[in-house]
Amino acid sequence: MSTLIAILVLGIMAALFGALLGFASVQFKVEGDPLAEQLDALLPQTQCGQCGYPGCKPYAEAVANGEAINKCAPGGEDTIKKIADLMGVEVQPLDENHQADNSPKVAFIIEEDCIGCTKCIQACPVDAIIGTTKQMHTIIADECTGCDLCVAPCPVDCIVMIPVATTTQNWQWDLANIPVVQID
Amino acid sequence: MESVIERIKRGNFWQFHGGIHPPEQKFLTCTKPIASAQIPEQLFIPIRQHIGQAGSLIVNVGDKVLKGQALTVSESPMSLPIHAPTSGTVTAIKLMAIPHPSGLSETCIILTPDGEDTWKKRHICPNYQLLNKAQILEKIANAGVAGMGGAGFPTQNKVSTLAKIDYLIINASECEPYITADDLLIQEHSPTILDGIKILDHLLAPKHILIGIEDNKTKAIAALKKATANIDHIEVCTIPTKYPSGGEKQLIKILTGQEVPSGILPSSLGMVMQNVATCFAIADAVINDTPLIKRVVTVSGQALDKPQNVWALIGTPVGFLTAQCGYKNSQSKHLIMGGPMMGFSLPNDQIPVIKTTNCILAPSEIEIASPFSSTSSKELECIRCGQCADVCPAQLLPQELQWSAKAKDQPQLAKLNLFDCIECGACAYVCPSQIPLVHYYRVAKAEIRQQKLLDIKAEKAKVRFEARKQRLEREKIARAEKHKKAADARKARMNAGTSAAKSEKSAVAAALARVKAKKAQSNTKLNSAESSADTSLENTAEQSSLPVEQVDDSKSQVANAIARAKAKKLAKNNLTGSQPINQSSKPIVTQEVAPNSTGKKSKVAAAIAKAKEKAKTKKNSTTNLVAEKSTDNTKQVKITEAATDNKQQSQVSAVSQDETTNQDRKNKIAAAVAKAKAKKLSVTSQQVSKATTSTNDNVADGKLTTEAASTANKKARVAAAVAKAKAKKLAASSDKKQPSE
Repeated sequence: MSTLIAILVLGIMAALFGALLGFASVQFKVEGDPLAEQLDALLPQTQCGQCGYPGCKPYAEAVANGEAINKCAPGGEDTIKKIADLMGVEVQPLDENHQADNSPKVAFIIEEDCIGCTKCIQACPVDAIIGTTKQMHTIIADECTGCDLCVAPCPVDCIVMIPVATTTQNWQWDLANIPVVQID
Repeated sequence: MESVIERIKRGNFWQFHGGIHPPEQKFLTCTKPIASAQIPEQLFIPIRQHIGQAGSLIVNVGDKVLKGQALTVSESPMSLPIHAPTSGTVTAIKLMAIPHPSGLSETCIILTPDGEDTWKKRHICPNYQLLNKAQILEKIANAGVAGMGGAGFPTQNKVSTLAKIDYLIINASECEPYITADDLLIQEHSPTILDGIKILDHLLAPKHILIGIEDNKTKAIAALKKATANIDHIEVCTIPTKYPSGGEKQLIKILTGQEVPSGILPSSLGMVMQNVATCFAIADAVINDTPLIKRVVTVSGQALDKPQNVWALIGTPVGFLTAQCGYKNSQSKHLIMGGPMMGFSLPNDQIPVIKTTNCILAPSEIEIASPFSSTSSKELECIRCGQCADVCPAQLLPQELQWSAKAKDQPQLAKLNLFDCIECGACAYVCPSQIPLVHYYRVAKAEIRQQKLLDIKAEKAKVRFEARKQRLEREKIARAEKHKKAADARKARMNAGTSAAKSEKSAVAAALARVKAKKAQSNTKLNSAESSADTSLENTAEQSSLPVEQVDDSKSQVANAIARAKAKKLAKNNLTGSQPINQSSKPIVTQEVAPNSTGKKSKVAAAIAKAKEKAKTKKNSTTNLVAEKSTDNTKQVKITEAATDNKQQSQVSAVSQDETTNQDRKNKIAAAVAKAKAKKLSVTSQQVSKATTSTNDNVADGKLTTEAASTANKKARVAAAVAKAKAKKLAASSDKKQPSE
């Protein structure tokens, strides 16, 4: 008899919890992929496509679906570490194919060489290049993510990537590298 | 409970947490009068000397400027103008090392004095009480007055607060060792300082004015007490000497007992603090119309023969000042700007004095070792003694902070309130392991700030990227709509009934007729070729695809090329004797070729037909074979399969060889294609003999073919790829099924 009661009670409980879970899965359904969103927030948003995906969000979605975490060259080791923390996986070294120099850069158009072909404008993932057909183009330095995507399409090679200069605003207290002149 | 003022009047102050008593060393300079300003050969004037943005230049190279003339104009509330400290010529405007710990360069105006020191026209205004607040604030702003205690916050922003002010606190505590600039300024110029305090009183209308001064400046205290004797609401508060009582939050705590919460300005607690030197500058600016072009600088240290306070023009190179004070350059080559606790070492002696420079320290090597020399002390491991936490005036946990800073653990640093650290250096001073704690905090702070900037930038890039995606989508839709409209317009025009429309219509009709005729031709050829072949499942699929066949010539050419390439590959595979069943996808390509072939392509069709016939005969045998062997064990089945395949292959290759002897290279390809079909047939037969599910799969295959043939060029290729993948899967599944039987 007691066995029967136990089975009955557990059965009822199981049914109850099942109903509860079913209700919750319908009522509290999360639209979209929260993991991909979180990953996207960790990525540097340069939209450079070096990972092989057309932008940071597609890569975030791919990582959420099991893509390798070590393909973000601009993010470098720091980003890989953060992704590894979030995903609960081992930190991996940056993919060898993407062993790019990830120091911050900004694109610059040598304006006298520009022929106004608009090819770079079409390539820019963040619309940071202004100009129109047969008019000189220029880069909005503040909006440029330094993704490098405009360099290749330029038929006259008039786009160069310039490293972001250290100023007193972004100086990292690197005392060892101060040019010291001995006072005589 | 007694009020704050009552407590202050009794001389009973509060205490801030921690603090240290380093050797004061003020005796070196505190008894000597301030030496008057000498004009150096060149002045290097950085255009940004305060916290905030630089003003924009209004002088050019070669311009003659008068003393006090503005060199830049301020454009935003956080920017301040700078002025010519003496009359002379602007000889250059270029990047030069500025007084900053980094030794980085910023834009500087290089002024060569003419030695005449000619003033610009000034408007002396002794009755500032007649001016309204806005006018006074404008005068202060135009004079470029910034906080002279060290931070360099634009003064007009600080005193234009709308909050109700209870206490105006004048900071004269000057707690850092060596520095006596404020002390001497009070001793010599207390009336002017009082004028400045009165102007601030006029602007802010505080209930009480408290002057906080450390008890080691007896002369200055006396001078201040004398100057303020007959003013009721000014209290000179003599506080005990302790470093860093001159910190804003610390002095507020000492005088009023209130703690300024993290991230909150004192003005929201009804308090404003100004340095005494700033008060002097305000008085000069408002009453004498004299911009901030000179300041008192303590030039001290044991490497100097006559350490003293000097009036220095803004832009004077520190080397000029140290030379004026008898610098014994043999002893030490180390210069510090600011005090020994919070100052920074200078990379060279051409760094100019700016508005916030209160001290130049030239210590001997024994006094303070140069951080650039190899003899400077070595950092040891933290022994967790906790002395740093005892002395921290901000009540932080310096050793915890240090570990987190080394580990770059930014969330933990935020939890430990890193940004409340005032970088006073007390922790590093008491550290028995000589850990440069403040340096770690500065690095960590810089990193966090940088990270914040990057985060903002990333967010912006994300928004712009999304916006661009949306724009491209919009443009695509707009383009499609435009095309549709144009097509509609064309149709309407054609149906309009005019003669032009008619001729256009007839031209289109003629073209359509031509296409139809061509198609009919190819269809009859194909049908005649296929009638000779059996109606296997394969063929049914093909035929079903024929009515919807709408492929144009260029497409068929592309398809041809693909078929050719594939056939070549296949031939290679056959030669090596490998047995890829997945080649069963070939028929799709073949079908694309077949219906479109005209003239010479009919040969290909014929070859296919021939091959099919051969394959058909084989099909039956294979079916029987597989049916028999399927009852055997898996190993045997595999062997049989391989055997049948090999047999079949040899036969097919014989056929192809026949053709090779007769025909050109194209026929070879056709043969290879046929081979592929034959193989496919064998696979199909295996499936037929086994399960009904595989028949279903074939039907699906047929459907796919229909789709592939009817879609546009690009789509056809994609479909072919999909079909191929499916066929592969099919083959794999049939392989799997076989052993189970």
